[in-house]
Amino acid sequence: MSELTATPAAHGHDRKHTISILVENKFGAFNRIAGLFAAKGYNIDSLTVGPTEDDEISRMTIVTRGDDSVIEQIMKQLNKVINTVKVTDLTYESFVERDLALIKVQTKTDTRSEIMQIAEIFRAKIIDISPRTVTVEAIGSEQKVDAIIKMLKPFGIKELARTGRVALKREFQGEVN
Amino acid sequence: MTSQKDGNLNPHNRLMTGAEIFVRSLIEEGVDIVFGYPGGAVIGIYDALHDISDIKHILTRHEQGAVHAAEGYSKASGKPGVALVTSGPGATNTVTGIADAYMDSIPIVVFTGQVALKLIGNDAFQEADIVGITRPITKHNYLVRDVNELAPTIKEAFYVATTGRPGPVLVDLPKDVMASKAHFDYPKKVVMRSYNPHIQGHTKQIVKAAELINKAKRPVLYVGGGTILSNAAEELKALARKARIPVTTTLHGLGSFPENDELAMGMLGMHGTWYSNTAVNYCDLLIAVGARFDDRVTGNVDAFAAEAKKIHIDIDPSAISKNVKVDVPIVGDVKHVLRDLLPLVQTLDTKDWLQTIKQWKEEHPLRYRNGKHIRMQYVIQRIGEITNGNAVIVSDVGQHQMWAAQFFKYIHPRTHITSGGLGTMGFSLPAAMGASFARKDIPVISLSGDGGIQMNIQEFATCVEYKIPIKIFIMNNGYLGMVRQWQELFWRRRYSQVKMSSPDFVKLAEAYGCAGFRAVQKDEVNDVLAKAFAINDGPVVVEFKVVKEDNVYPMIPAGMTWKELMDVPDEELKSVKGETPEVEEIMTLAKG
Repeated sequence: MSELTATPAAHGHDRKHTISILVENKFGAFNRIAGLFAAKGYNIDSLTVGPTEDDEISRMTIVTRGDDSVIEQIMKQLNKVINTVKVTDLTYESFVERDLALIKVQTKTDTRSEIMQIAEIFRAKIIDISPRTVTVEAIGSEQKVDAIIKMLKPFGIKELARTGRVALKREFQGEVN
Repeated sequence: MTSQKDGNLNPHNRLMTGAEIFVRSLIEEGVDIVFGYPGGAVIGIYDALHDISDIKHILTRHEQGAVHAAEGYSKASGKPGVALVTSGPGATNTVTGIADAYMDSIPIVVFTGQVALKLIGNDAFQEADIVGITRPITKHNYLVRDVNELAPTIKEAFYVATTGRPGPVLVDLPKDVMASKAHFDYPKKVVMRSYNPHIQGHTKQIVKAAELINKAKRPVLYVGGGTILSNAAEELKALARKARIPVTTTLHGLGSFPENDELAMGMLGMHGTWYSNTAVNYCDLLIAVGARFDDRVTGNVDAFAAEAKKIHIDIDPSAISKNVKVDVPIVGDVKHVLRDLLPLVQTLDTKDWLQTIKQWKEEHPLRYRNGKHIRMQYVIQRIGEITNGNAVIVSDVGQHQMWAAQFFKYIHPRTHITSGGLGTMGFSLPAAMGASFARKDIPVISLSGDGGIQMNIQEFATCVEYKIPIKIFIMNNGYLGMVRQWQELFWRRRYSQVKMSSPDFVKLAEAYGCAGFRAVQKDEVNDVLAKAFAINDGPVVVEFKVVKEDNVYPMIPAGMTWKELMDVPDEELKSVKGETPEVEEIMTLAKG
């Protein structure tokens, strides 16, 4: 058997990819893309959607996983959706990304200041407070948000809301983060 | 009746209802036939259609029949097929047909009625979220929310359905939108910022492909339905004959290359010819043209043409490298790519390779043993001989479908119509009806088994009402033959729920008001075929009582490789079950 006919599994390991999709703001466009991932059995780690500078276009940012051949198919299938204007796999480019989390942490009088210190280290904000909880707003890369959640977990996380990743390609591709 | 083309009223000067705009838009698109079924949500549209002489409406007896008829019409004519149905159950009944068209890339536009906008989501009478239901099985679909968007949406729907990799498009029409009024102004062209299919192949890739072809010693052209969809049969012939490359086709590729040409090898894959599968296994270059490396073609993909370099021409980038990695992918329309490729390709020295294939054809032709009972292979072979390839064969799904692919020599594109990807039983009869409106010049033949025909048998009434001159040939073996074959070969002959009874098809035909004949013995076949071909002013039903347990060979079991290719077993050639040997003869057919 030649190298070229090897099965997709032989092509390498699963890798996280950040895919940015510009779609027309048309009825059902979001469903078409989300439905595609469901129908083809692709993973979604996170999915965000929101308006762009162009009224007719929305940007979806999808974080997904797969080996090279799966990602190739995902890109092609996304391009095939009639409402899709542009699909970019940011993974191979330099890009900026942000994730936002609201973390409601249980507090006691003796833990509140420690929680606030942790928040400060991560440059997170306290946006709500009650006798038994504080709510922390954390913004940053996915790893940074993961880290603060990990730090706050021992205190007891009562509720958590997270946006998932939004990303844009860097204007200067040579620049390092 | 008034012809709307004459336009006694300037359409730009008065407001029209959505229903009127709909009808005028179809006329602008050149639609002259619509298959459909009315209902509450589309009553206004049917009112607007009532006085229109430019569009013929065919009332089928089930909405599934309407969609298959639109498919058949499209496959035979090359034009988009159109179906019109009501909301709710009318819309959901189209689902199988739409899925079928999606799998086989058939350009159809399905218009469904919908409840009024303000009622959507309220579980109103005959409401179904057909846009949601059909999203994964349409190339694209639309809900029209404003009468001013109606004409541009219809224009876009036809454009999307017929360009790029074609496919079904659904347009959902709420009742109140169709009753509201707007000025009619049909757009001249479509501008979409999101959809621009590649037509021309990349020059660099075409040059690379030509280099591979010019070096090849044992090349094979593997041709699929994309070649017919792109009307590229002439370009294919020119390339194959100039470069001296043998041609095998998929089920949907049948007709793209004349099977009486010495370069033809017939179909490949699970039930393909012995020599085409063998040639693909030994080739050093496989040129896939408008084909998608379907599992019924490749079996185990790792072993499929494992030693060969591969070129893949397809208009759909997602079809490339989906199942098999290729060396030179070319994204583009087959017709354009083949045209660009032709001048770069030399005449190859494939004399030895063609000689080897010729020998394989002689040693391993398609074979069966004829006795006094009727075998489907024989009926199909006779149809081929009588019509000399000048007929449209519309097959259903199952054993007869594979024999129709094997034992008829297809000469012209668009003469073989079947449900390939989805494998929809009940496809043949309504699809043949649709094809008949596209081809008046040659006989249109519907081939079904006793199972498939009973899935859309209500369309007998449509055939009779409109005097649709198709031959409805029913191969009755009292079994769901293909499932029975698998049970025999792979499930220890446990025939679970495959034996079935049928009505008296001749009496049934008569009850519907058309001629019906039956052949029980082989020597009756020619007679009933002659009678059937003599009737040209309406449908005719012929039931062939065929051998009950018969198997399709050659066969590569699902997921297996060329090594497991099973040709007709010797014992099957020795005798037909329960018959004396003296009346038997071995029948053969080789493509090319």
